[in-house]
Amino acid sequence: MGQIQLKQVTKSFGDVQVIPPLDLTIHDGEFTVFVGPSGCGKSTLLRLIAGLEDITTGHIEIDGTDATDLVPAKRGLAMVFQSYALYPHMSVRKNIAFPLRMAKMNQAEIDKRVNAAASVLNLADYIDRKPGQLSGGQRQRVAIGRAIVREPSAFLFDEPLSNLDAALRVGMRMEISELHKKLDTTMVYVTHDQVEAMTMADKIVVLQAGVIEQVGSPLELYRAPRNTFVAGFIGSPKMNLITGEEASKHDATTIGIRPEHIDVVESGGTWTGTVGVAEHLGSDTFFHIHNTGLAETITVRAIGDVNLTHGDTIQLSPRMDELHRFGADGLRIG
Amino acid sequence: MARSVTPRRKLLNTTVAWAIGLLIFFPILWTILTSFKTEGDAIAAPPIFVGFEWTLENYRTVLERSDYGRFLWNSIIIAGLSTVLGCMIAIPAAWSMAFVPSKRTKDILLWMLSTKMLPAVGVLYPIYLIFIELGLLDSRAGLVVVLMLINLPIIVWMLYTYFKEIPGEILEAARMDGATLRQELLYVLTPMAIPGIASTLLLNFILAWNEAFWTLNLTAVNAAPLTAFIASYSSPEGLFFAKLSAASTMAIAPILILGWFSQKQLVRGLTFGAVK
Repeated sequence: MGQIQLKQVTKSFGDVQVIPPLDLTIHDGEFTVFVGPSGCGKSTLLRLIAGLEDITTGHIEIDGTDATDLVPAKRGLAMVFQSYALYPHMSVRKNIAFPLRMAKMNQAEIDKRVNAAASVLNLADYIDRKPGQLSGGQRQRVAIGRAIVREPSAFLFDEPLSNLDAALRVGMRMEISELHKKLDTTMVYVTHDQVEAMTMADKIVVLQAGVIEQVGSPLELYRAPRNTFVAGFIGSPKMNLITGEEASKHDATTIGIRPEHIDVVESGGTWTGTVGVAEHLGSDTFFHIHNTGLAETITVRAIGDVNLTHGDTIQLSPRMDELHRFGADGLRIG
Repeated sequence: MARSVTPRRKLLNTTVAWAIGLLIFFPILWTILTSFKTEGDAIAAPPIFVGFEWTLENYRTVLERSDYGRFLWNSIIIAGLSTVLGCMIAIPAAWSMAFVPSKRTKDILLWMLSTKMLPAVGVLYPIYLIFIELGLLDSRAGLVVVLMLINLPIIVWMLYTYFKEIPGEILEAARMDGATLRQELLYVLTPMAIPGIASTLLLNFILAWNEAFWTLNLTAVNAAPLTAFIASYSSPEGLFFAKLSAASTMAIAPILILGWFSQKQLVRGLTFGAVK
C-alpha cells in the first residue's frame, strides 16, 4: 500500500506562503512526477510529504492514516536525494544497512536484504567501497539501494538524476522506470526536466508558484493542456504561443500550435516567414522561423533532414485540428 | 600552467621557512636552555648559548621548594574538565546553529565572538565578587566554569564552521532512515566531523592550559595550576632566571608534548574545509 493524500496543505516560510492551499491524491503504485520551473515549490512539496518540513496548515494522509505530525522515519517512506546524501564514512554495505540497523533488525535479515538490494542494483562488486570511491551513477544506485531495503510504502525522489551526465541520465531513467515496474510501489519523483516527466510518469503534476496547474497522464497534458503555462511547459521544443490578430481569428486571446504540427509547404501556406537558426538532429530538424508577423520566433519541427538554409523564405501550414485555443484568463477554450 | 619551482627558489623558501620557524620557537628554546644553566650563566652578558655548564640543580630546587605534582594535577583537571564541559554545551549549540538556524543565528554568533573582545580585566571585579559570594575563590570548580565560559565562543564558532561543511541532506537522509536525534548526532554527524571536533578539543585544552589571567587572579593555593607555579618564581626579592626557566619548562612540557603528537590532527582540523 502506498496512497498519499494531501488535504488543503499549505506551507509558509515566515510571511511568505510558498504553497497555497493544495489538494492532491497519489494512488497506490502510481509513478507520479512533480514538474515545474525552479522555485515552483515542487521540492518543498516533496519534503512536506517526507516530513522534512512541517506543513503550516492542512493534513497529509498516508495509507488512510493521518501522518501530518509523524516524524519522517515513522511515515514509511524512503527518499533519494539530489546529492545522493550517502554517509561518506561508511562502506556501501553499511550505507545500505543503515536504515535496517536503525530499525533494530537482526543481522541475518540485514545481510539478506542488503545482498538482495546489491544484486538488483549491480552493486555487489563495490559493496565494501566507500562512497568517495564510486562514480556518480554508482552512488545514485547506492542511494536507491538504501531506499529499497526498507521496503517503504512509497519512494520519494528529489531530482535524483540532475547531477549525472546526459548519457548516464538516460540509462538511470530506464533503471528507475524498470525498478518501478519490478517493485510496483508508489513513487513520487521531482524534476524540472519535462522530458524526464513525460518518459517516466504515470501521472504528471505541473506546478507553478506552489499552485497545481494541471494533473494528468503525460499524453493528456500533451494533448489538452489546461492553460498557457502547461502548454508552454510540456513538450519539446516548446509549443508556439501566438497572441494578437491571428488569435482573434480563432476567437481566442492566445492560440498554441506545437512545432510538430506545422508543415513546411511549397505553396498555399497560411503563414510565411524566413528561416533563422536550423537545428539538425538527423531524425528531425528544428527551424526557428522569423518575420512571420505572429510572434518573434515560430519553431517548426520537420521530419528527417530538410534542406533549408538561413534566410530562405518559406510557407507554413499549421494543422488546424491540432490548434489549442486559450482565453484571456489563460485557460483552455473547448 | 603550473608554477615551476627552481631548485634555488626552493632552497630560499626552505631557508626562510626554517628561519621563521626558529624565530618563533626561539623563546621556548631559550627558556629550556636557561633552565639547565646556573643562575650566574643565566644572566651572563653576552649570553651563552651552549658552552655553559649543564646542571639539573634548578629542577632539583624547584621540585624541593614546591609541589609540582599538585599544580600539574590542577592544570589537568581545570583544562580537561573545562574542555569536556565546553564540548557538551558547544556540540548541540553548534548543531542547532548550523542545521536549524533562526533569523538571529548570525547575530548570536557575532555577539558571542564580541565577548572575546572585552578585556578580561573589565569583568574581573564583578566575577571576583561573585566568586566570594559563592565561595568559589581558589576552587577548581570555579575555574573550570570560568575557563569553560571564556573559551565557549571559540569552541562554538569552530564547531559551527565544521558542521556547516557537512551537507544538511546527509542528516536529513539519516532522519528518513529512522535515526533519532541522538543517533543522528552519534552515528552520522560526529564521525563526519571527527577531525574538526578533535582539533577543537585540543585547541581548547591548550587555551585553557595556558590561560593565566583568571587562574592567577582567582586562585591562591588549593586550585593553583601551573601558570601560578611559574608566577611564583618571579618574586620581588630578585629574579632567579634559571629557576623560573626550569619552572616554565616543567609547566609547558606536558602541553608541548601533547601538541607535538597531535600536530597533524591540529593542522588538519584548522584547515578543514578550506580546500574542497
